[in-house]
Amino acid sequence: MLDSADIATRVEEILNVHKGMEGALLPILHAVQADFGFVPPEALPIIAKDLNISKAEAHGVMSFYHDFREKPAGRHVLKLCRAEACQAMGGDRVAAHAQKALGVDWHETTADGAVTLDPIFCLGLCACGPAAMLDGKLIGRIDEARIDAIIGDIK
Amino acid sequence: MKIYLPLDSAAVALGADEIAHAIGVHARSKGVALDLVRNGSRGMVFLEPMAEVETPAGRMAFGPLTPADVPALFGDLAAHPKALGLIDDLPWMKAQTRLTFARCGVIDPLSIDDYRAQGGFVGLKRALAMSKAEIVAEVTNSGLRGRGGAGFPTGIKWKTVSEAEADRKYIVCNADEGDSATFADRMLMEGDPLTLIEGMVIAGLATGATKGFVYIRSEYPIAIDVMQKAVVLARDEGVLGASVLGSAHAFDMEIRVGAGAYVCGEETSLLNSLEGKRGVVRAKPPLPALQGFMGKPTVVNNVISLASVPVIFEKGAEHYKTFGLGRSRGTIPLQIAGNVKHGGLYEIAFGLSLGEIVDKIAGGTASGRPVKAVQVGGPLGAYFPRALFDTPFGYEEFAGKDGLIGHAGLTVFDDTADMLKQARFAMEFCAIESCGKCTPCRLGAVRGTETIDRIARGDAAAIPLLTDLCNTMKAGSLCALGGFTPYPVMSALSHFPDDFNAMKEAAE
Ligand SMILES: Cc1cc2nc3c(=O)[nH]c(=O)nc-3n(C[C@H](O)[C@H](O)[C@H](O)COP(=O)(O)O)c2cc1C
Ligand code: SF4
Ligand code: FES
Ligand code: FES
Repeated sequence: MLDSADIATRVEEILNVHKGMEGALLPILHAVQADFGFVPPEALPIIAKDLNISKAEAHGVMSFYHDFREKPAGRHVLKLCRAEACQAMGGDRVAAHAQKALGVDWHETTADGAVTLDPIFCLGLCACGPAAMLDGKLIGRIDEARIDAIIGDIK
Repeated sequence: MKIYLPLDSAAVALGADEIAHAIGVHARSKGVALDLVRNGSRGMVFLEPMAEVETPAGRMAFGPLTPADVPALFGDLAAHPKALGLIDDLPWMKAQTRLTFARCGVIDPLSIDDYRAQGGFVGLKRALAMSKAEIVAEVTNSGLRGRGGAGFPTGIKWKTVSEAEADRKYIVCNADEGDSATFADRMLMEGDPLTLIEGMVIAGLATGATKGFVYIRSEYPIAIDVMQKAVVLARDEGVLGASVLGSAHAFDMEIRVGAGAYVCGEETSLLNSLEGKRGVVRAKPPLPALQGFMGKPTVVNNVISLASVPVIFEKGAEHYKTFGLGRSRGTIPLQIAGNVKHGGLYEIAFGLSLGEIVDKIAGGTASGRPVKAVQVGGPLGAYFPRALFDTPFGYEEFAGKDGLIGHAGLTVFDDTADMLKQARFAMEFCAIESCGKCTPCRLGAVRGTETIDRIARGDAAAIPLLTDLCNTMKAGSLCALGGFTPYPVMSALSHFPDDFNAMKEAAE
């Protein structure tokens, strides 16, 4: 586990890299999340102080965007596209299957901490839907069998 | 042996990296000297992963490939079970007018030499010899209108920024591409990133802006990676930096990454996001052209708008303008998606009818069932029934049918689609993605899903309520998220009333 001192050190490093950048908050939050897998609550006051904004403002920005997590995700993150072109290819059906097989709803993590299931609205794979992203890897034409295979692999 | 295999996201999602690996392994085991180029996609997503092998006769295409098809690429090519013929002879390629996407899929996206050999920087060099006013006039004369959705004339936007007095100005490229069924921006950034950079530099010359940003959605990791590398290349080449191609003009740029908010595609929300704020929409005026990024004059243009600029300068505004229909000039990269036999990107002059696109180019549905509806222009676009398939593809023509072309994405649905469910999704999406500034959008969309649920339960009295709600959203929303969500909802209701007819449901 990370303690607050570790977090502070690493956040300071990230802030140093972004010194002088115009509108640096999103790049900083992305960098923090890339490092920790989420944005630790301890990080926000440090970032806010550096950018000369209030803690509430930093939190407001973070919570506005779907990408930033306040808590760690599961060991794997499965994102399924919920948008129209994927719906036209049975995306809703595949998503319902994934929810049932994992026993979770959107934004939830399985009890064993293995998988977080997130909705995503379009991956630009709309001509080969339904589309998915597993730990950053793109998957086209996903179906129930592929979902089962993925779950089998990572559980 | 030179083989091309796309690094494009769609190709990769269908297994291109596994094919690339197999090609490498096989070439080594056969002792073949391999030159494997990861190019952009030609746009035939239905044939991805598609490899091209260079032969004396031209590039031969093979696809869709599985790893089992790889060994035969090293044998008699004509006998390969997945042989498609010479790429330039394929009907899908031959019938297009590729201006903006001329190089996409042809070149190594990160080779400056390839780029130059295919007309790269010709437009920029021509622009460098022109005055600011002449550059703006060339863009205006081309008839280019914003490809991000609103269709605003690009030249007029540039003129406003060009004539504004300020110590700093910016070019912001909108690569948020959040609309379902759209992937032209992604394909261009992955397949020909230098074209976008060249277009942004020309925009800088035209307006006096010296700094650019490309705001790319986080859902596009490959596009982000390719663009970042292309910026470094362009800097090394002296295209970006203190002296653009040795001229007195400076221009540099940065790649920025969004964070999963659809509304950040709206230009003022995007600017707030770039500034490190919540992506809330700003009231206009002031126009971003006068007070944009950090309050300075800013051009905000879509990827395809900016990437169409180099070819306009290379071939001339007059040439570009000869293509198209009415006030929709030039070409448009159609993005054919959803339940289609032949999905992908197809660049063609404006003016094809919706029916020609859906029945001929897309070849009907993948499921083989009849087409029921086509949503044109993303989640804020209307659902078109077959009765409107004679509508020509153009800004005014679609507006005349209570629709929009948006970013030119088309989602085809077969007859199993439930249009009440689609209408409900439109409201749900608006509720999820609303920036929260206007009540009709933030709360109206939630009310909309509830009202549609009532209709689904057989409460016909809720239908006029839905219509009223849509009128309130149209009239009382600051931006097109709340303002245009009524398009998919009302088009579903008016063109497919049976799906909203509870009596029929109950009788079944
Ligand atoms: C909710 C919403 C989302 C939008 N998303 C995008 C987008 O993803 N990409 C884009 O280029 N324009 C998008 N737009 C349009 C932009 O506000 C703006 O008109 C466009 O970037 C201007 O560039 P253009 O003139 O080159 O089209 C969106 C507008 C709204 C209201
Ligand atoms: S219409 Fe919706 S998204 Fe647009 S400004 Fe209003 S609340 Fe924000
Ligand atoms: S709609 Fe699912 S990837 Fe675009
Ligand atoms: S609340 Fe403003 S229009 Fe209804």
